[in-house]
Amino acid sequence: MSTTTAHNRPTTLSQWLAHWHIDLQLLVALLCCILLGLFVLYSASGRSTEIVIDQAVRAGIGLVAMISLAQIPPHWYRVTAPWVYIVGVLLLVATLVLGDAAMGARRWLDLGVVRFQPSEISKLVVPLTIAAFFHHRNLPPRLTDVIAAGAIVAVPVALVVQQPDLGTAVLIVAGGGCALFFAGLRWRIILLLIVLAAAAAPLFWFNLHDYQQQRVLTFLNPARDPLGAGYHITQSKIAIGSGGVFGKGWLNGSQAHLNFLPESDTDFVFAVYAEENGLLGVLGLMAIYGFIVARGLFIAVKSQDTFQRLTASSLSLTFFFYAFVNMGMVAGLLPVVGVPLPLISFGGTSMVMLLTSFGVLMSIHTHRKLLAT
Amino acid sequence: MAADDAIKNHAAERRLFIIRTIAAGLLLVILIGLLIARVVYLQVYKHSYYETRSQDNRMRMEVVPPVRGLIFDRHGNLLANNEPAYRLEIVPEQVTDSVESTIARLSRIVNITDADKRRFYTREKQTPAFRGTPIRLSLTQAEVARFEVNRERFPGVDIRAGLRRSYPLGKYAAHLVGYVGGITAADLAKVDDKRYRGSSHIGKVGVELSYESKLHGYPGARVVEINAAGRTLHQLEMHPATAGDSLVLTLDSALQKIAYNALGDQDGAVVALDPGTGGVLAMVSKPGYNPDLFVDGISQANYTRLLNNPHNPLYNRALQGQYPPGSTVKPFMAIGALETGVIDPDKKVWCPGYITLPGSSHRYRDWKRSGQGWIDLTQAIERSSDVYFYKLGMKLGIDNIHRYGSMFGFGQETGIDLPRENAGIMPSRAWKHGNRHLPWYPGETLITVIGQGFMTATPLQLAQAVSEIAERGHAYKPHVLKAWKDPRTGVVTEYQPRALPPISLHDKRHWQIVINAMQGVVNNIHGTAHYYVGMNLEYPIAGKSGSAQVAGLPQNEVAPDLESIPYRLREHALFIAFAPIDNPKIAVAVVVEHGGGGSSVAGPIARRVIDSYLNSLTGGKTLQASQTHDQAGTDT
Repeated sequence: MSTTTAHNRPTTLSQWLAHWHIDLQLLVALLCCILLGLFVLYSASGRSTEIVIDQAVRAGIGLVAMISLAQIPPHWYRVTAPWVYIVGVLLLVATLVLGDAAMGARRWLDLGVVRFQPSEISKLVVPLTIAAFFHHRNLPPRLTDVIAAGAIVAVPVALVVQQPDLGTAVLIVAGGGCALFFAGLRWRIILLLIVLAAAAAPLFWFNLHDYQQQRVLTFLNPARDPLGAGYHITQSKIAIGSGGVFGKGWLNGSQAHLNFLPESDTDFVFAVYAEENGLLGVLGLMAIYGFIVARGLFIAVKSQDTFQRLTASSLSLTFFFYAFVNMGMVAGLLPVVGVPLPLISFGGTSMVMLLTSFGVLMSIHTHRKLLAT
Repeated sequence: MAADDAIKNHAAERRLFIIRTIAAGLLLVILIGLLIARVVYLQVYKHSYYETRSQDNRMRMEVVPPVRGLIFDRHGNLLANNEPAYRLEIVPEQVTDSVESTIARLSRIVNITDADKRRFYTREKQTPAFRGTPIRLSLTQAEVARFEVNRERFPGVDIRAGLRRSYPLGKYAAHLVGYVGGITAADLAKVDDKRYRGSSHIGKVGVELSYESKLHGYPGARVVEINAAGRTLHQLEMHPATAGDSLVLTLDSALQKIAYNALGDQDGAVVALDPGTGGVLAMVSKPGYNPDLFVDGISQANYTRLLNNPHNPLYNRALQGQYPPGSTVKPFMAIGALETGVIDPDKKVWCPGYITLPGSSHRYRDWKRSGQGWIDLTQAIERSSDVYFYKLGMKLGIDNIHRYGSMFGFGQETGIDLPRENAGIMPSRAWKHGNRHLPWYPGETLITVIGQGFMTATPLQLAQAVSEIAERGHAYKPHVLKAWKDPRTGVVTEYQPRALPPISLHDKRHWQIVINAMQGVVNNIHGTAHYYVGMNLEYPIAGKSGSAQVAGLPQNEVAPDLESIPYRLREHALFIAFAPIDNPKIAVAVVVEHGGGGSSVAGPIARRVIDSYLNSLTGGKTLQASQTHDQAGTDT
């Protein structure tokens, strides 16, 4: 599509895109994903136009944020990332002290105008801060640098665990871990960390909240709690399995529409999608996600300094983890954790924050071209 | 940028990054492959399995509520039962005319009140049209029969069998056993709501409330196939519910009825404990009420009637009633005085009709206006001399009065396994400063030592305190649970009585001095209760009477006749006792509200309860004598 358009009006479009710092391939893939998501939501929400419009508005806000952020040159992110990181940590502390408690957890901060989860800021800014930290240092990192980077991850993670919001904490660790991995963390340290994590698992287990333990136990044996969390998994497996290769067709997923599938428009939307669109639809969705991640890694490889490389690669890989964790959970591969399906699940914070991170990627890619000339 | 370049090896770093990107790509491919394999497994390999579970017939989880545990008394008599109950349900979808006219026609053969209709319409709105909504609960046999005959005329109306809680002992043990009622949002907030899915009732009062988590059980689940419209086709899987534990209480329901009836038409409370275990043998609060009224939701009219009843039937006097204990505290105060050494039990003290405190003209009177003369401690307890105890109190002081009163449990909850117990008041300097913001006055010491003034106690506390004397300081925490039975395994677990911290006296003989005096209350010709309690006794008994003033008497005025005082201002009658003295089997506290004399009104009730219980233990010999005596008394 881009080539034909470019062929018709070559100079104007590429100039226009370059002027607005937009990466066309990434934009098209993201728009495909968002559009697909709106269709899925229409079905999953029981044909609620309200939810679709609501989601479209949020996507619009996210796209505006993305393009705005793409205008900012990448070195600006490098300079501000540590400060944003500090603000994020302070907001997390504020959340613990005066946040709104919803269902026994303090996650939300009400700033009068907007009500949001400060942990989302940390999710985005932790990889950036680590990238900025390694920017001036020799890679692969020395042990002291690794420990310092570990501390950068540990502070917000510790605060988020206090809320308690284990899912987000794991995702922040994943984001920071990706950055460290791309920075060249030695394999033997990676191996050591894996062994340590396995050894610490029992300790970790006893510090989990009751409901968190329940989720893991239910994941291991869904029949344990056939009416509770096991019900989610059983029902979503029925939805996916009954979809078959070709799916039941859009708006025909009986599992979701007869209210068998809980949270069908948020965390479990993938089950509705797989039921209605079958294996082919799932492969199609994975292709879109795969393309977005591949494009992100390509941008990383093409980028010109350490900060940009680490930022672009870790943001892309984290995006992949979000998608993988959600689909793996819905398909019964992973325990139930509250991670939405990127760009598709109903929910504003996730949509806006993800598009924001793609804004950073576009900034890295488009400004590179300008610097190169 | 230049500075960065100087210290960094860009080529090497780039190479490292490319390797890491390739590694990440590999991980990505593996994870995507894993995911695809999983989806292929579900959507291709297991497709037909999930297809059948989803496409033609869908399954639904339905909760199977547990059966509530039964409650028995110590002899296996039912206190709370689950009775088969029939309810009339309407399935709106199957009604051929309108729901309204069906209800109108139904009301000609079964009784349908406006409250029934209101409940029906509220519930109907929340229920799918293919499901039944109850229009009447607990049909009588006659109504069931009438409906069955006319069944053909009512398409869409059906009778459903279920279980309904009932209380065979009714008003006799309503406060103790309690009742269940419809679950409210407030109830759910206090329990694990997962256990209450599918349940409609929860314990509200009494044992039904305090042992709710044992009685309730655990819900099961049933997997049923339903068609596209959601109608149940048949059952696929069944995980049965686990019934709640059955409870055996320490209560003796025969004794409970006897105690209830012994109170006659007076308001009051009787608590009987087994002092050797702390088990509650009887716990009566009169008037009672019919707990069955509450099970299916009490009607507004009935509820208003109970609330507006001046005798306050819903109030559990045995646990919550806080009465001035009057002279029943004298044995406990005597132990305090003996232990601190402020009195010599054998020394005779001059007891005129009243005493005054230095610098005051206020007369602290004896109940006997002419005074008791020269008496020792034993005589003071037997005759319940107030002046002797005023003098004893002055020497003992409020701090020791508080200390020894507290030792016997006054002013503290007993910790019985029943809800909503009151603690009463054992006043002290600190208590008065905290609650009245005033210093302690010497006159208050005098009235506290005879159980008046600020001091209050519940009937349960009195029974508990007299148990301590009966057991010479080695009593147990009062409780109603005797054992519970797990319905699955049939295993019966006995409740282990919990010993209270022992009251150890410096001189063990002090127990005997006080117990002998309490025996004298009943046996001695001068004892206050001799005539009312002590006739034809076949076992040794120790007791103490008390009459608690409700309103103060004007100075210098002679005590008027009971009948001439308005009911609300009459004294409460109290009696505490235990028997047999050397091997105590039962400890009793009786409070008769506005009953007048403790010995004459409360005493015979205690005697009746103790007679019946000891008789039931020995198999009938003891009681016959006293029954003949009773009958002789009523005949003359």
